[in-house]
Amino acid sequence: MAREPLINIILFALFPVTAGVAMVLDEPFIITLMTKAAILALAGVGLNIALGLGGLVSFGHAAFFGIGGYAMGVLASHAQSYTPIMETPILIEGTKSMLVIWGVAVVAAALAALLIGVLSLRTTGVYFIMITLAFGQMLYYFAISWPAYGGEDGLSIYIRNDFPGLNTLDPIQFFAIAFTVLAAVLFIAGRLAKAPFGLALSAARQNPERVETVGVAPFRLRLVAFIISGAVTGLAGALFADLNRFVSPTMFSWQTSGEIMIFVILGGVGRLFGPVAGAALFILLEHVLGGLSDFWHVYLGLLLLLVVLFARGGLIGTLAGKETAHD
Amino acid sequence: MSFLDLQGITASYGPSQALFGVDIQLERGEVCALMGRNGMGKSSTIKVICRMLKHNGGTLHFDGRDLAALSSHRAARAGLGLVPEGRRCFAPLTVHENLIAAARPGRWDFAAVCDLFPRLGERRDQLAGSLSGGEQQMLAIGRALMTNPTLLMLDEATEGLAPVVRQEIWAAVARLKRDSGLALLVVDKSLAELRHVADRAVILERGRTVWSGKMAAVDNAIADQYLGV
Repeated sequence: MAREPLINIILFALFPVTAGVAMVLDEPFIITLMTKAAILALAGVGLNIALGLGGLVSFGHAAFFGIGGYAMGVLASHAQSYTPIMETPILIEGTKSMLVIWGVAVVAAALAALLIGVLSLRTTGVYFIMITLAFGQMLYYFAISWPAYGGEDGLSIYIRNDFPGLNTLDPIQFFAIAFTVLAAVLFIAGRLAKAPFGLALSAARQNPERVETVGVAPFRLRLVAFIISGAVTGLAGALFADLNRFVSPTMFSWQTSGEIMIFVILGGVGRLFGPVAGAALFILLEHVLGGLSDFWHVYLGLLLLLVVLFARGGLIGTLAGKETAHD
Repeated sequence: MSFLDLQGITASYGPSQALFGVDIQLERGEVCALMGRNGMGKSSTIKVICRMLKHNGGTLHFDGRDLAALSSHRAARAGLGLVPEGRRCFAPLTVHENLIAAARPGRWDFAAVCDLFPRLGERRDQLAGSLSGGEQQMLAIGRALMTNPTLLMLDEATEGLAPVVRQEIWAAVARLKRDSGLALLVVDKSLAELRHVADRAVILERGRTVWSGKMAAVDNAIADQYLGV
């Protein structure tokens, strides 16, 4: 087990080191790739709270990712067109402040997770997967048919949003923001997993009845976990939209839900740094294999198959050399 | 009304009825042995008290509250502690994590549990799944105590353990009775040990209470009639 923390540190250090080297070599594209990896990892860390800790196989996390993205898109588009979002009963204006956008994204995603969680956590297994997928698809089609915010074409934001004291259009500075957010969320998620809340959640994954007899309601634990999970993925969505300066319904699509799940499974379900490894590997494959063939997803599928069949601890589990008990 | 008060409880698993009229009265600080042969409804009775099995008839009160209205976790919060049959620790969590996962404030904290079972303190960071059967049993008792219950139910807590480990468990039960003022409902097969700790006894046969009274009054004739094989 002692190897896992070391692997985590090396993996984590790889992000700023790669970005730093890329800056020195004047390769902004590599920095942007690392930023993308950090943001996607953040989305995975969010899902991992529900999936890894709570055993909740959500196939609808794109909903939260998209809500985060649209929180950014809607606020920033109103700010850039100098039109208020609404005038009555109270005046709400758009904003270009990244911090405000993050706050809105987190709260909106958390509220959506509360609503979706209350309804879908009454089911388990394949029904839970289907109902979360259904909610994701609902939002997807809603975004497509909402002409005010671009409909199918999405929304372009011309200038990246502001962060106090930083030039967010500079790739390395934006990378620093994304990476710091990832680090902070990883820290919190790590603490959460070891706190009584996280332990009870793990215990409920293994034996919900037993947890009830010690006075904890699994439904509430799972709902809180689902809300935290959705909020984190929502935050990642806001950052992702800012990275691309573009939001489209694709962020809500079920393929996005699948990709977030792939990060978690590739890296190692239930492992704190699993999604970080998974997202980094995904980006690496996308650009190495994607350069060789347009059909690189075939190889990704093959790799996923191998991980699921032979390395259930994922990348981190394989490197750490010891499988922890995870169902 | 008694601290724990079951009157005429009936319960079924789907179409098959398991309990036909269980009566138990238990006062604060009392130790009650719940006895009977295999399949007579002891564990089902425990499940009904914990709200893991809904009863269809009779009344069920604990500490003046009607348990019928409570869900399983609410019953536990009202002060019911269960040490389940087969221990059922959370295997991938460590000893310490198992104990703090559901802890609630009160006199029982990690230090107090380690004082009762020093071996748990020694194995603080070991995974529960790697403990011996006896240690897992201690952990299961510790986990229930950490919720700071007012009634602790032990379902077959010494089953399948080595004699020396059983003695340790019984010694802990005796200490709980002496020091803590907890009410205990103990399901077990070893009559000799129960005679040492229990004040009262309730005997079930075919899902009914057929005998209840002082533990001291359980003589050989009663034991042969209801408990002998």
